[in-house]
Amino acid sequence: MADALTLTDVLAVVVRLLLVMVAFLVLPLLVGQAEHKAMAHMQSRVGPMYAGGFHGWAQLVADGVKFVQKEDVTPAAADRSVFRLAPAIALLPYLVVMIAIPLGPGLVGQDLDLGLFFVVAVMGVGVIGTLMGGWSSANKFSLLGGIRVAAQLMAYELPFVLAAASVAMAAGTLSLTGIVEAWQPWWLLWQAPAAVVFFVAGLAELQRPPFDMPVADAELVFGPYTEYGGLRFALFILAEYAGIVVLGALTTVLFLGGWHGPFADQLGWLWTLLKTFAVSFLVIWVRVAYPRLREDQLQRLAWQGLVPLVLLQLVLTSVVVVMTR
Amino acid sequence: MSFPGRGLLKGLAVTWRTMTRRSVTAQYPDSPPELPPRTRGVIALIEENCTVCMLCARECPAWCIYIDSHKDVVPATTEGGRDRSRNVLDRFAIDFSICMYCSICVEVCPFDALHWSPEFEYAELDIRDLTHEKDRLREWMWTVPAPPALDPHAQPAKELGAAEKAAARTASPGRTASPGGGAAGRGAAPDAPGGD
Repeated sequence: MADALTLTDVLAVVVRLLLVMVAFLVLPLLVGQAEHKAMAHMQSRVGPMYAGGFHGWAQLVADGVKFVQKEDVTPAAADRSVFRLAPAIALLPYLVVMIAIPLGPGLVGQDLDLGLFFVVAVMGVGVIGTLMGGWSSANKFSLLGGIRVAAQLMAYELPFVLAAASVAMAAGTLSLTGIVEAWQPWWLLWQAPAAVVFFVAGLAELQRPPFDMPVADAELVFGPYTEYGGLRFALFILAEYAGIVVLGALTTVLFLGGWHGPFADQLGWLWTLLKTFAVSFLVIWVRVAYPRLREDQLQRLAWQGLVPLVLLQLVLTSVVVVMTR
Repeated sequence: MSFPGRGLLKGLAVTWRTMTRRSVTAQYPDSPPELPPRTRGVIALIEENCTVCMLCARECPAWCIYIDSHKDVVPATTEGGRDRSRNVLDRFAIDFSICMYCSICVEVCPFDALHWSPEFEYAELDIRDLTHEKDRLREWMWTVPAPPALDPHAQPAKELGAAEKAAARTASPGRTASPGGGAAGRGAAPDAPGGD
């Protein structure tokens, strides 16, 4: 009897992990395809139209096949093991983060009591992958890109974490499920500055335009990714899109109320997914609409804009929490 | 009205508006492009109109026109008359790898033997294959569009009036001017060979 129970437990864990894996493989591709098409139409183009027959739906599959066929080149002067490890380091944290993100009531890979802490900590690791790529490539453009990554990480990790802390303080828990359960619609207004800061800082951590100075292709060729090609390059790109999904999901869970919505008991997962996609679309939209910031503007925005703003938000949050409890 | 962040919102609005509109992309191989009239696609030749006057070859700034010819003797038609000679075109080729599409040859041709065709799909894999001979140039003549119609109440071309007058003079006994209208067609109707 005891054996059977553990077997079902193991099965449940396996099924959960498989679902997370499927989500990890499918959602970034959906976001990538949405970016192809939305960006094209925002620029009066049509985007991919041929791959797969109907409006180029299989474009990213075709891209993947192309990347797999390419030669795996490691520069002669590169730090070989670090160079080869970097794409995995960049990609895996997002997979790990997805385990802790709740999709609906009770629908979560693994509910952690320290979920928020875990998620923010692991997401910081993803940037290390880019940093490793920049350092080990033995290329001055890569190195410059890597230094920019480091500067960006330093500047934006702080407001990112403080914005998340504001929500945790409001909800009184670090568990992501607990935060969604404690969420109320009026938090949209109360936590709005934190939401903005969280989103902007997340964009900067993902090195998405307008915060893509590390890969600024006009100045640095492709920054830390300059020497990468084939599958390793594809992994870096996949990491970027997985990052968008994770950022969208985290913004949803922390600030937009996760599964809250009509029929939340049955359709909670749908609400979470919809909100995640809405945030992901915003990420794409912002990329098309705004030009890249300069390096000094980026630093000024972080230290003179976001950090004071989120500190004020923390004060506001703590005052309201103390007064209402 | 201005407030901080207004420019950011405007940027988002512009891209959103563009996204909601139909894109202007034409998928070229699937749908033929809409070319403006008088597109300079390729130069076509009405061989019958050419008198081998060499004006085009001499005016060409890129020296991309090759012309070879010989003289034919036309025997006298009347008793005791003099034999006449006539130029015959042997080779007329344009090297489109050198041609810069300046249109000077088309402008300079006194007998309207050269025309612009909108045809543009004549790419080759070897640059030497871009020299096209007169039979290919003649083929392109079928793709030359008719000239755009005159504006209402515009004066007819001087050449038309002259041709009609000449036709009326030669046909004075009884024929009404039959070839007069035909002179307007600059298209591929096989006119009488050029020259006088």
